[in-house]
Amino acid sequence: MANTIETVGQDAARDDIPDFRPGDTLKVHVKVVEGNRSRIQLFQGVCIRIQGAGIGRTFTVRKVSFGVGVERTFPLHTPIIDKIEVATRGDVRRAKLYYLRNLRGKAAKIKEKREAPSSR
Amino acid sequence: MSTLSPAERVVRGLLGTKIGMTQLWDDNNRVVPITVIDASTNVVTQVRSADTDGYDAVQVGYGEVKAAKVTKPMAGQFAKAGTTPRRRLAEIRTADAASYAAGQQLGVEVFAAGDVVDVTGTSKGKGFSGVMKRHGFHGVSSSHGAHRNHRKPGSIGGCATPGRVFKGLRMAGRMGGDTVTTQNLVVHAVDADKGLILLRGAVPGPRGAVVMVRSAVKAKGADK
Repeated sequence: MANTIETVGQDAARDDIPDFRPGDTLKVHVKVVEGNRSRIQLFQGVCIRIQGAGIGRTFTVRKVSFGVGVERTFPLHTPIIDKIEVATRGDVRRAKLYYLRNLRGKAAKIKEKREAPSSR
Repeated sequence: MSTLSPAERVVRGLLGTKIGMTQLWDDNNRVVPITVIDASTNVVTQVRSADTDGYDAVQVGYGEVKAAKVTKPMAGQFAKAGTTPRRRLAEIRTADAASYAAGQQLGVEVFAAGDVVDVTGTSKGKGFSGVMKRHGFHGVSSSHGAHRNHRKPGSIGGCATPGRVFKGLRMAGRMGGDTVTTQNLVVHAVDADKGLILLRGAVPGPRGAVVMVRSAVKAKGADK
């Protein structure tokens, strides 16, 4: 029966989502509707959390805007996202990067992931 | 609100199984909670008419059951309708019962997206529950010297007058497992291939429970 539930969401699921992990810096292009006008807004920041499964999967992007931390959680398959770009791959050792909330400036910087050795 | 009597309303209904909940997006890209109901194998087993039975109704059958598990009287009823035995039967009072025929298959397409329906099912059993959970009592203070009576109901009445506890006083006891109807749910979509009905919102009962989906009693603008 669980399979039936999964098939229900398949039509709405998006297949244009790039593969990304917590620690990656994302550029999320969000469709914003103002009155009857629609435009694309860029939300760029670090993915600090990916949670859930199937059609209900969500991810949270954190950025610091004018000294204020802003976190925005998107459903992974939401139609309001125009596209997601992965700016950088981060090297982190946690699945949930909540510790970034307590860090400022250089300390909150995430090391960029080095390419895996070609021998492997 | 002028609700028509059962004899005057045209009601469409199906039996189904609650598969579970998920989420989808509506036309405005807003997330809507979705309950998925499997209503694939509905069949008309009997048509009741005012002349023979005193009221108009359609009896629908749902679910599979082995022929050997069916009692002889029930087997005769299914044979008369010309259908294989069904596990669940329910009657739907409707004014246009005469337009149905025994043995007729009812697909989920009797409902369309945007229809307003009521869903009847058996709620999840909660066992023997206290008054706070069962009746929403506030309980007793967690501090200020309260002594081991945090979730108790408090006083249940007077002393020598009336000298008894009034009937119907709300106390702890069995909770859940009742027949519950959720009214005015909107049909989000219907999947005729898979026999699924997608409803916006929650319906009573656990996953795998049999529920009855019917045209809403109180919906404004519902077809009469």
